Amino acid sequence: MRQLWGYALILIGSLFDLFGCIGLVRLPDLYNRLQASTKCVTMGTCLILLGTLVLIGFTPAAGKIILCLIFVLITAPTAAHALARASHFSGISLWEGSVCDLLKEDREQ
Amino acid sequence: MRKTILFFLAVIVWVLLAWPFSPQGGNWQSMVVGLGVSLVVALIFGELFTESAHKFLGFQRYFWAIYYLPVLFYACLVANLDVAYRVLHPRLPIRPGIVKVKTRLKSKSGRTALANSITLTPGTMSVEVTDDGFLYIHWINVQSRDIEETTRLIVERFERILERIFE
Repeated sequence: MRQLWGYALILIGSLFDLFGCIGLVRLPDLYNRLQASTKCVTMGTCLILLGTLVLIGFTPAAGKIILCLIFVLITAPTAAHALARASHFSGISLWEGSVCDLLKEDREQ
Repeated sequence: MRKTILFFLAVIVWVLLAWPFSPQGGNWQSMVVGLGVSLVVALIFGELFTESAHKFLGFQRYFWAIYYLPVLFYACLVANLDVAYRVLHPRLPIRPGIVKVKTRLKSKSGRTALANSITLTPGTMSVEVTDDGFLYIHWINVQSRDIEETTRLIVERFERILERIFE
């Protein structure tokens, strides 16, 4: 039963990773691609780690898995934020179908 | 004060990393090295660690942090299903744009947590944080341009909890 849960978590995690990669290919501009990749890869990685945790149980490796979870949850959104901010400030514009860009309007004032 | 807290955090990380202490009774060696390294780290980097160390002693903050985890996890799950739907839909239903929201949070760690939470929730990603409390959010499906409206839609549900953890 525990094996079933573990493998199910790993499978769902890999599926989310796959969706993230499809989004990386299909979405039009940098910001949308960052969104898809960050969200799906964070969740996918966390689910794969959780699945491993369920499979191996409360052994010494569990501590390392918990540490990895915490650091992935902190670093992935921070890296996405840094990338998006740096690209906006170096002048990469949004997709032409975008609705509004209040940051650009505020910076031009 | 903040050095002490950093010391304990470093020891916890060390124990998690070096958990399989050798079965032949060499545990204390690993522990002594960990304590020594944590002490050095705390002495050198204690000044950079946090601005308000006394907040670590407020125990109700930890309960709110534990309550925050399932909220964040649920939002994260919805975010993933949302991305999967938009990505797999043949006509790619997106309406992207950058909107502006306002936050009541004052502390730097609170704002960091808010920006990271926003990045992990459905359709939104923080692009820029200003000193006077405005966040610029890239929204994959823009529903409004008004600051109050977007604040209500994006920020409020996290702000209520984060305020109790970090402020």
